[in-house]
Amino acid sequence: MTATLDRPVIDTATVTDDVDRHPVRPSLQLVPSSRREDVEATTSLTPEQIEELGRRLDAIRDRVLAERGESDAAYIRKVISSQRALEIGGRALLFAGVLPPAWIAGTAMLSIAKIMENMEIGHNVMHGQWDWMRDPKIHSSTWEWDNVSLSAEWRNSHNYMHHTYTNVVGKDRDVGYGILRLSEEQKWNPYYLGNPVYNFLLSLFFQWGVALHDLEVEKVVQGQKPLSRVWEQVKSIGRKAAKQFTKDYVVFPALAGPFFLPVLAGNLTANLVRNVWSHAVIFCGHFPTGAVQFTEEQLEGETRGQWYVRQMLGSANLEGGTFFHLMTGQLSFQIEHHLFPDLPSNRYAEVAPEVRELCREYGLEYTTGSLGKQYLQVLRTINRLALPGGKR
Amino acid sequence: MFRVAPLRPGRRLLAAATAMTTPLLPEDFLGLIDPLWSTTQLRGRVVARRRETDRAVSVTIEPGRDWDGHRAGQYVRVGIDVDGVRHWRSYSLSGPQDADHLTITVQAVPDGIVSQKLVRDLPIGTIVQLEQAQGDFVLPDAPSPLLMVTAGSGITPVMGMLRTLDAAGAVPDVVVVHSAPSAEDSIFAAELAAMAERRSGLRVITRHTGEQGRLDLAELDELVPDWRDRDAYVCGPSELLDAAGTHWAATPDRLRVERFTAPARSTGGSGGRVEYGDRAVDVEPGTSLLEAGEAAGVLMPSGCRMGICFGCVLPLRDGQVRDLRTGDVHGEPGDLVQTCISGASGTARLDTP
Repeated sequence: MTATLDRPVIDTATVTDDVDRHPVRPSLQLVPSSRREDVEATTSLTPEQIEELGRRLDAIRDRVLAERGESDAAYIRKVISSQRALEIGGRALLFAGVLPPAWIAGTAMLSIAKIMENMEIGHNVMHGQWDWMRDPKIHSSTWEWDNVSLSAEWRNSHNYMHHTYTNVVGKDRDVGYGILRLSEEQKWNPYYLGNPVYNFLLSLFFQWGVALHDLEVEKVVQGQKPLSRVWEQVKSIGRKAAKQFTKDYVVFPALAGPFFLPVLAGNLTANLVRNVWSHAVIFCGHFPTGAVQFTEEQLEGETRGQWYVRQMLGSANLEGGTFFHLMTGQLSFQIEHHLFPDLPSNRYAEVAPEVRELCREYGLEYTTGSLGKQYLQVLRTINRLALPGGKR
Repeated sequence: MFRVAPLRPGRRLLAAATAMTTPLLPEDFLGLIDPLWSTTQLRGRVVARRRETDRAVSVTIEPGRDWDGHRAGQYVRVGIDVDGVRHWRSYSLSGPQDADHLTITVQAVPDGIVSQKLVRDLPIGTIVQLEQAQGDFVLPDAPSPLLMVTAGSGITPVMGMLRTLDAAGAVPDVVVVHSAPSAEDSIFAAELAAMAERRSGLRVITRHTGEQGRLDLAELDELVPDWRDRDAYVCGPSELLDAAGTHWAATPDRLRVERFTAPARSTGGSGGRVEYGDRAVDVEPGTSLLEAGEAAGVLMPSGCRMGICFGCVLPLRDGQVRDLRTGDVHGEPGDLVQTCISGASGTARLDTP
């Protein structure tokens, strides 16, 4: 993890200041993910400090849970109705898509609507963030998103596999999506020379990547998963994908009659924009420089405090304004989301300063940066790991 | 105003439109214009509120088009959002049965989350969730002499019956014996008096229990000497219903009662007996519903086992559960509970997959 060192964890001015307030302030020692050590060894925190940190994070969580109410419910309802209005507006404008300004505006609106639907609404609703409202229309068990990946499959691969085993190479299938080499832990072979190309294609076809990712084909190869289960999944993904395809590439273009082509092109572009955007945001959540990876051995006997530390160290935030946060589905607060995946997303911005302060106090890296900077780091990692000797 | 009428004969059209709205339904978009245009969720809009007493209001609701109407005396389940959380409660319909709008009359109970909201703070225009009217506490098809014995808000379904008879101009021989703590607390007092004035068949006997004490059903011999010859409808607190059961023991088919049962609440404490489908399991304090179910051989859905993935949720049918992380006891029938982080707090019942 040498790359981390070119960016100081905290500037020296703060350090001197901190020494007075936190006499036992531990120092951060990020270890390469190839070293077989537990989370405690990833930092120099004592087990007591880690559990204390866990309790303090629990306290933040409990406070937000107790405060949840009317204004949070109003927030998600407003986001949902705005998203639907945008989608209607975008599609309506595209019917006039022979006029370039209408095409551009319509495509932009539809792209934004699709991004909001996937990121701020779908992802967060399926995390159960809004289940407490007991509205069956906005509930993790009923929500289906505008994406070829089936929500039921995705809840397993994302909510369970990814959020439980965050950044654990071999367990968290988001590390590389079964396609890319994103960790030194993944043994190099000549296939990985194509890493940059696979990543480019994955970003274009991201929703398909996610859907196929749910199949866990490698487990079939390893004999851990029966082929019949994969076939069931393929059929249901196929049904979902057919409906999605028909809507965007048959029904709406056909409704436009002679203006078939502009509508088709607009819908195709909106899906592409959504794919490229969500790929960028999601990859920046865990793979920029500074985000730590873990080994399966580190999971053994993991305590709640250690789990929290792993979530913090394995995630990275993005900086931006309110609209940017909305468009990332608040995954710009990836660290907070990983600590509290079922807290309403509109609350992450509010707890972020507290989490950041805790990280500072305990000497843990709080990885954050602009989208451009983080994405360049991700690309650098992908390029380096294409080669056998490459380090993250 | 533009109504959704053109769509009704065209349910097929609506189904075809789902090709444009998938994975959502057309109503999810139409709902931006009017939330009542839903074909999967019956909803209503509050159009009027009328204060009946200091702690009771009548709320008039315009239902969505799928509302089938009700028979006088029935109740309706209403889902209302309080502090962002949806709560379902049953309320008697107090309006006449052929009205376009439905009316419920609600008396606030001291800690009632929903009744307090309805009585104190329910703006006109609020959207509520509805189910179809239910219940067999209804008027007989051919009314014979009737006796209504009611107490407190138990008058509400009876009021629905009386208004229905009144609207049809066919009030038969009806005696209403209504108990309320005081004149101020007596819901519909003025309207009942006016109706009795107008309809010779109706006799209303009011008992103010604050001054005169509770009604003993033995007093019926004096108040309504021919009570045995009447079809009796009794609605009120469970003590009254139990007493009625005893009083009409000889002629049970003459008696109809309406019992409002509150949802089963936690009896408190940690641990308890939980039914998983048809299997009862004793859940130790501190043990999660998931672990206890698995240990007993119930086929349980599971996931992260730490409360993050929502892969283990099961619907709660009865009782409440304890959040093992916070100690918070919660739950209402129909809630999906995360079994991996929930323990028992008294008896409860879960639906298994």
